[in-house]
Amino acid sequence: MKSMLAAFVAVAVIALGADIVLEGMGYSVEDANAGPAVRLDDAGE
Amino acid sequence: MPRLLLSFLLSLVLCLPASAQEMSDTDRAATGGAQTLEDILARQRGEKIDDSFRREATGNADSAAGIAAQLGTLGGASDPELWRALRYGTADITVSSGGDAARVLMQDGGMRWLQFRDGPLSVKGAGLLGGTLVFLVLFYMMRGRIRIDGEKTGRTVTRFKAIERFGHWLMAGSFILLGVTGLVSLFGRKVLIPAFGHEAFSTLAIASKWIHNNVSWAFMLGLAMVFVMWVMHNLPSRTDLKWLAQGGGILSDGKHPPAKKFNAGQKLIFWSVIVFGASISLTGLSLLFPFEMPMFAKTFAILNETGLAGLAGYGELPTQLAPHEEMQYAQLWHSIMAFVLMAIILAHIYIGSVGMEGAYDAMGSGEVEEQWAREHHSLWLEEVQNREGAAAPADGKATPAE
Repeated sequence: MKSMLAAFVAVAVIALGADIVLEGMGYSVEDANAGPAVRLDDAGE
Repeated sequence: MPRLLLSFLLSLVLCLPASAQEMSDTDRAATGGAQTLEDILARQRGEKIDDSFRREATGNADSAAGIAAQLGTLGGASDPELWRALRYGTADITVSSGGDAARVLMQDGGMRWLQFRDGPLSVKGAGLLGGTLVFLVLFYMMRGRIRIDGEKTGRTVTRFKAIERFGHWLMAGSFILLGVTGLVSLFGRKVLIPAFGHEAFSTLAIASKWIHNNVSWAFMLGLAMVFVMWVMHNLPSRTDLKWLAQGGGILSDGKHPPAKKFNAGQKLIFWSVIVFGASISLTGLSLLFPFEMPMFAKTFAILNETGLAGLAGYGELPTQLAPHEEMQYAQLWHSIMAFVLMAIILAHIYIGSVGMEGAYDAMGSGEVEEQWAREHHSLWLEEVQNREGAAAPADGKATPAE
């Protein structure tokens, strides 16, 4: 039971971590599609 | 004789319209080379037509009028020819950002994808899951819970260590989340919006997308863990044939074919999870990083070269795919694989919970009743007991806890 709960907590931690890391690496849709001539939200600023 | 000659010539003249009729499939002189009514009707009938007469009619820069001349600014391509080039993806497009994908302004494959996604994929996928659930309910009603036949010993055996259970639940927990959020994404427009409205679905869709995108990494990690930990135990063996020949003993009481750590049924589940899970993961990565991991054109080329596509009755598969088509194929394959795996996992959840007494303990506490182990994994129990050198220690444990 402890292993199961630990795994579920790990799922949440990995998901949050993935979001933060990928966002930080510029893999958001905004970052991927923005450019010098294309502003999407504030990613192109 | 002149009369005979005249009738022959008359017959010849009368035959001409007939032969012209036969050639009408390719003769487009009447429309100036544009598509004919027959072309349109053939397309509407779903017939495959050679559209090179349109695909390649995109103008000619070499025959352009001088820039100062009348129509010179068109550069050798009329407006219809320019639109045709856009339509078939051959126009020279310059975009500010977005790469190759943004250069595709029209992509009619999207319609085929949408129709398949909203049609056969959704209907057959829902049918598969619903049918599996109905089958499991009927099976439970007929067979009931598979009980431990022999007398319980009160002793337990360590079936799965903590790290094994952690890997299993990491994959299982994330798979359930991914399955539910995937279904929300697929059936949102058709089922959830009519039921709950746009506003409610918007919130649900945003949350589902976040969960689906980010929880996927936990699933991939769990999949890798499970593969490394259990692959050696899941290699096929002769015991599996005996187990399968007896239907695993699940259809009748008192029948317990011998099995090692994993029986043939569990091995089938294991390899299904590995193969389908890996396929779902690869297509999922392709969807997570749009247009950066194209894989279907290459796969289709391999299938064509090896003749597998032909054997499967698909003929020559396309090897030139627009970036969007790559994504469409990835989404469809991702969903098909996921539906099949979800159906398999429903059966796995059933037998691991309500379907069999004592089965959940293996993944719950990791400790299983010794009699349960003797009935369902007799060869494995012998191995464990031989390894530990004692069948039943005084403390009630067949093997020490990890």
